[in-house]
Amino acid sequence: MDRQDDFNVSRRALLAGAAFAGVLGTVLATVPTAGQEEAMETGPAPDLASLPHEKVTLVAPPFVHPHQQVSAGGPRVVEFVMTIEEKELVIDEYGTTVHAMTFNGSVPGPLMVVHQDDYVELTLINPDSNMLQHNIDFHSSTGALGGGALTLINPGEQVKLRWRATRPGVFVYHCAPGGPMIPWHVVSGMNGAIMVLPRDGLKDGRGNPLRYDKVYYVGEQDFYVPRDEEGNFKTYESAGDGYDDMVKVMRTLTPSHVVFNGAVGALTGENAMTSKVGETVLIVHSQANRDTRPHLIGGHGDHVWQGGKFNNAPDVDLETWFIAGGSAGAALYTFLQPGIYAYVNHNLIEAVELGATAHFMVEGEWNDDLMVQVQAPTPIGG
Amino acid sequence: MTAGTTTPVQRSQSGLLLPAALLVGLLALLGWQAGALRLPAADGMAPVPQTVRIAPRPYAYRAVGSFLSDGAVVDGPLIEVATPAPLELMTYQVSVGEYARCVAAAACRPAQPRRGADRPDLPVTGVSHDDAMRYADWLGAATGAAWRLPTVAEWVFAAGSRAGDDALGLVANTANPAERWLAAYAQETAAATGAAAQPLPRGTGGLNEHGVADLAGPVWEWTATCDGRTTLAPDGSVLRRLEACGAHYLEGRHRAVMTNFVRDAASGGCSTGLPPDNLGFRLVREPGWVGTVAGWWAGLFGGR
Repeated sequence: MDRQDDFNVSRRALLAGAAFAGVLGTVLATVPTAGQEEAMETGPAPDLASLPHEKVTLVAPPFVHPHQQVSAGGPRVVEFVMTIEEKELVIDEYGTTVHAMTFNGSVPGPLMVVHQDDYVELTLINPDSNMLQHNIDFHSSTGALGGGALTLINPGEQVKLRWRATRPGVFVYHCAPGGPMIPWHVVSGMNGAIMVLPRDGLKDGRGNPLRYDKVYYVGEQDFYVPRDEEGNFKTYESAGDGYDDMVKVMRTLTPSHVVFNGAVGALTGENAMTSKVGETVLIVHSQANRDTRPHLIGGHGDHVWQGGKFNNAPDVDLETWFIAGGSAGAALYTFLQPGIYAYVNHNLIEAVELGATAHFMVEGEWNDDLMVQVQAPTPIGG
Repeated sequence: MTAGTTTPVQRSQSGLLLPAALLVGLLALLGWQAGALRLPAADGMAPVPQTVRIAPRPYAYRAVGSFLSDGAVVDGPLIEVATPAPLELMTYQVSVGEYARCVAAAACRPAQPRRGADRPDLPVTGVSHDDAMRYADWLGAATGAAWRLPTVAEWVFAAGSRAGDDALGLVANTANPAERWLAAYAQETAAATGAAAQPLPRGTGGLNEHGVADLAGPVWEWTATCDGRTTLAPDGSVLRRLEACGAHYLEGRHRAVMTNFVRDAASGGCSTGLPPDNLGFRLVREPGWVGTVAGWWAGLFGGR
C-alpha cells in the first residue's frame, strides 16, 4: 500500500485502499486458488436467453414494489438497478445527522422480491459524486462472499451481478467492502433485504396457502453517533472525518439510536403504516447487525418465520419474535380490532428511548367479544 | 358527544362586571407598581423577568382532563369565562441563562436539555414540573414577588389565537373506542407536521396579539393544572371529578399530560401518542399589594 509513501493521498484513496486490502485478505483466505475464483467468474453461464426477463423498479421502504405472490410460470431473470448514495441524513427529531451510506437513497435499501429459482440480475452503480468504494453481499446468494467479491466498485464505476435465488425466504443484503469498512458501512445504513417467495406462494406448516393483502418492509438500524465532552451529538464535515470517533462508539456495542427505516419517527405520525380490520399484513423485518425482537402491541404474529426461511413451518400465535442480527424475519397478521398499534422492538428501552417504534393506524369495527371495558374508570367502590 | 357537553358552561372567575372606568384605573395602578419593581435590583436580587399584562376579556377554553359520559369518552365542555382576572405573565419562556442562576444558587437542579439546547438565549428545556415549581419559589425569594405556573385556563387566555382546541367533535360511541384513538392520533400528527423540534432563540416565534412570545412552538409549557377524570351527567353537569396531581398538563401545539418528574417527553409519553418535543415553562406573577388592594376596591365597588 502507498499509505506510508504518499502523504498527499486523499482520504478517499485511503479508505478505498483499506477496503481493498480487506477484501483481498478475506478472499484469499476463503478461496484456495486464484484459478478457482477465475473459474467461478468465467464459468459457463446458464442459457438464459429463452427465459422471460422482467425489469423491476424498486420503491423506498416501508413500501414494496408490485409483485405476484404465486408465480404464474417458470423461472425468470429479474433485473434490478440500484444506485449507491452517500448522503447526510437526519436521524432524530433534534436534528442529529449521520453521513449515511445507502442503497438507492434509503435506509434500509429497498426490499427486492423474486421467486425461488429466479435469476436476480443487479446493476449496481457507484456514482462519481460518492467518496467511497462499495459492494453488495446478498445472504441469499451462493459464492463469492455473497457477491461481495464480484461487485466491489469505485466511485464512477458500475457492475452487473447475476445469481440464482435457490432458497425461499427473506434475507439481508449489505455492503461489505472489507475489513473495518464492513461494520462501518453497515451501521451507516448500507443494508436492505430481499424476499424470495416460494413459486407457489407462502404456506402454513400443513400445506395450506397463506396470502397477504399488504406487505410492509421495516428495516431496523443501529446508529453509533459520537458525542462531544458535554454529551451532545457531534457532526462532521464528511464521513471520513467522523470515522475514528464512530469506531470508538461502535466498539462499545452501545448504539446511540435504534430506529426503524432510518430515523426516529420514520414510521409514525403522517408516515404511520395503515391497515383495516380483516386485512392480512406481512411485515418483513431485517436487522443487518444486531439482534432484535419485534412485537405488535395489542396484536400477535399469526404465522411467523422468525428465521425468515419459508421452507420451515412458521411459528403460530407468537407474542414477540426473535430476529438474529444479520438476518430478516417475516410475520403475517390479520388485524382483528381497530385502533392505533405500536410495532416495537420489545427491548422497550430501545423502543422508547432509542427510537425503535412504528405505528399502525387500523380502521374498522370494534369487536366486543374480544375486548370490552366492562366498567369505565370510576372512584374505587363507586 | 352527548348534547350536554356542547352547551357552553357560563362561568365568571371574579363574579364581577366592572365599569370600564374602574378597569382603566386598576390597570394604571398595576402598571405603576410593575414599573416600580423594575428598578435596578438590589444586591443579591435577581433581575425581574419581562412580563406582559393581559387585560380581562371574555374567552373560552376546553375543560381539562378525561371526560366520561354514559360510559363513553367524550370531549370536555367548552368553558366560557366572561370576566377573567387580569393576568401578568412572563413575555418569554424562562431561558437557559435565567434558569442557570437558580442552579448556581443551589435552589434548582440542573436542566437536562437535548443536544445543542444549552445556549443561554434559548428557552430552558429538559425541565420537569418539579423543577418549574422550584424555580418559581427561588424567583419569588430573589425578586420579592410571588411567581407561579399558570393554569391551563390562564395559558389559553394569554395564548389567544395561538391556543388550540383538542376537541375531536365525534359522536360518543361506546361500541367503538378506537374511533377516538384514531382521530386523536390524526389530530396530534397534523399539529406536529413540519414544525421544528429543536428549541429556538427566545423571540423567534414572535408575539401574539397580547404581546406573549413563542407560544405553541417547539417548547411546551408546564401548567399548574393537574390530570384528572370528570364524569358528566346526561345534562352535561359534573357528577364527580377525581384529581390526579402526580401528573400535570402542558400547553403548546397540543395539550399534553406528563408525570411531574419527567424532563424529556420522549421517555414520558405512551407508546402510541406523539409526545411534546421539549418541556419548558413560563410563570405568572401574582399581584403585589397594589393589585391586592385594587382587588378589594373592585370588590367593594362591585357590591360584594
